[in-house]
Amino acid sequence: MEGKGIPGGIPRRTLLRASAIGAAASALPLVNVHGQTSGGRLALGLWDHWVPAGNDAMRKIVTEWGQKNRVEIQLDFITSVGNKNLLTIAAESQARQGHDMLSFPTWEVHAQAEKLEPLDDIMGRLSQKYGALNPIVEYLGKVQGKWRAVPAISGSQNKPALGRIDLLKQHAGIDIQEMFPANANPGSKAADWNWDTFLRAAEACQKAGVPFGLPAGQFTDATDWIGSLFRSFGAELVNAKGDITAKSDGVRRVLEYSQKLFAFLPADVFSWDDASNNRALISGKSALIFNPPSAWAVAKRDAPQVSEHCWTFPAPAGAQGRFTPYLPYFWGVWSFSRNKGAAKALVEFLSEREQAAAMVAASNGYDIPPFTSMTDFDTWEKEGPPTGVVYNYPVKPHHKAEQFIACYPAPPEIAVQMYNQGIQAKMIARVVQNKEPIDRTIAWAERELEGFKRG
Amino acid sequence: MSQGTLSAPVGAEATGRPMLRRLARRNSTVAFLLTLPLILLVLGLVVYPFFYAVYLSMLNRRMTRFIGWDNFTFLLSRETFWNVVFQSVLFAVSAVLLKAFIGFVLAHVLHALPSKGQRKWRGMLLVPWVIPPAISTLAWWWLFDPSYSAFNWALLGIGVDPVPWLGATGWARFSVILVNVWYGSPFFMIMYLAALKSVPDQLYEAAAIDGATGWQKLRHVTFPMMRNVISITVLFSLIVTFANFDIVRILTNGGPQDTTHVFATYAFQVGIQSGDIPLGASVSLFMFPLLAIFAIFTLRGVNKRSKEMA
Repeated sequence: MEGKGIPGGIPRRTLLRASAIGAAASALPLVNVHGQTSGGRLALGLWDHWVPAGNDAMRKIVTEWGQKNRVEIQLDFITSVGNKNLLTIAAESQARQGHDMLSFPTWEVHAQAEKLEPLDDIMGRLSQKYGALNPIVEYLGKVQGKWRAVPAISGSQNKPALGRIDLLKQHAGIDIQEMFPANANPGSKAADWNWDTFLRAAEACQKAGVPFGLPAGQFTDATDWIGSLFRSFGAELVNAKGDITAKSDGVRRVLEYSQKLFAFLPADVFSWDDASNNRALISGKSALIFNPPSAWAVAKRDAPQVSEHCWTFPAPAGAQGRFTPYLPYFWGVWSFSRNKGAAKALVEFLSEREQAAAMVAASNGYDIPPFTSMTDFDTWEKEGPPTGVVYNYPVKPHHKAEQFIACYPAPPEIAVQMYNQGIQAKMIARVVQNKEPIDRTIAWAERELEGFKRG
Repeated sequence: MSQGTLSAPVGAEATGRPMLRRLARRNSTVAFLLTLPLILLVLGLVVYPFFYAVYLSMLNRRMTRFIGWDNFTFLLSRETFWNVVFQSVLFAVSAVLLKAFIGFVLAHVLHALPSKGQRKWRGMLLVPWVIPPAISTLAWWWLFDPSYSAFNWALLGIGVDPVPWLGATGWARFSVILVNVWYGSPFFMIMYLAALKSVPDQLYEAAAIDGATGWQKLRHVTFPMMRNVISITVLFSLIVTFANFDIVRILTNGGPQDTTHVFATYAFQVGIQSGDIPLGASVSLFMFPLLAIFAIFTLRGVNKRSKEMA
């Protein structure tokens, strides 16, 4: 007799044999449990790229990695149009299930930090390999000393000046190609590219009927360039400790400057969205905007007579320095992911130089890697026409500029509210549109900021 | 029916099956079973989210601590929030009044048309209501576009200066209300038209015999007969308009300077975009007491009138 085993079924000896095999299997490394053909399943929610080829390149890279590592990939591209990526993040965070790895926009790493897997090991290896990172990604991606996400290449963008070579030369007497050529030797006038020169150029272009297209609503393009303007005037609303510092000479100066500048901008910029400035440039109605190369790329397709006169160059400098608006994305792994090992391995793989170069090339130079050592890809030199149009899109040492996120260095939980509620743009709107006295505007901002400080 | 036939089921009451059969035969049971899918939907998509929102609104920003009413008291101390309250009331009340007026006029015009052409006009006037609002609002946005507004192009053609439709507070408020009125008026029109058609002709004939003028017929016959429909339509529209999101979101994103934000768009900005879901939930819950009070009074009036008519 075989013995009793489980009543009505499997004999005891068979059961013991199965248990032994199970125990042995569980003691072996993961790779053996799944055999040589499976590293598990990985669900990815990556940013839906503005540049269509960006998605194709990403799909290719991820699929090849999946095949090589025997990982079954489920890849979703989630658009940021209508904040659908934010809604996905909020829903998955509440449900504690969904994708294993997601693209997190600028402020979301801090918001979701407690539910994100620490990625210090990956960042340690990447930093060792590729050197220095810009401080903004550390500010946004590191929470209480731990990296909660890795700064992504895909989707991360700078927003330098994107101007018309012909119009700026003709109306403002500024040769932007001579000032910032497609090489590391800036022209003699580069040092004079400051907000005063900018103001004179804005006036000249406005008089010529091609005003600068600078939005001032509550969309990111407005918040980003205005944030850099404030920073270069030393106008800090909240300091790193979280103290409100809006009542300062820097803030007064930048608001006074704005009163002068906005007199030379289209009257409706307070209602512009992120597409309005692009349209202004592409339609030939504007001589300068602050934007990634997407506006140039669309012009290349739809209005080649405009695109061939476009040139990217750094933002103007102020008394406190030159600050290039910067909006990074991050790749993060949920702590409730069922395949953290594979997700982390993929994040590290995507962050390597080879993959970064491929993504930058596929996106016509749009994507900005977080490592300074990765700002030398030849894509930025070769893109055109005109050739070298995006050479100065990544921040290069000779620009003497820093990448900057609006509202830095305020603690991120305060800064995210300042940023998304466009407090700096609203301050400008108050003094320009409502003609409110500067001191009253600052007092209003202080009351708003007090509310943002609530825990 | 014989006594014997009647007595048979009574004798079988103790066994469960005939009892079930009797239960199934009851109108109320059938009604309950038929409405069960809807009840489940309402429970899942309205009641549960409502109580979950109440729960969320009592948590701190990180959702790690219960803080009671702090989010609500905080909001009541904010200047921006009071602006949102004002704008929501302005948006909802003015849009609903305009929709009710336009719907009333259109319904009467349609009712007066000969029945042959009425269907064609009714179909055309319903078009704004059947287009998904997100799509029609995008078309309106193009008409209002800051730089390439079709309206401004037309105005320039007749020598009038361009209007900052979305860039100045007054015009931006006007624009969002206009789009809401355009979208919602057909709903009022169709409801009022249905009510008009149910008014018995004899009442008008009697009024005519008494020598009533057109205005007197409208005031003393039509209006009293339509009051319940008007009340319910206004209540329904007020709820939907108060909770409107897409029109403001697409046209102005709450700008300029937050002067077109309504509860829903402000809740989205605070909750989802600024990472403070509990505060966003609190903003959205502020609509509830306002609408609840209005609903109680409206429905009480409707009940009272229904009883009087019965």
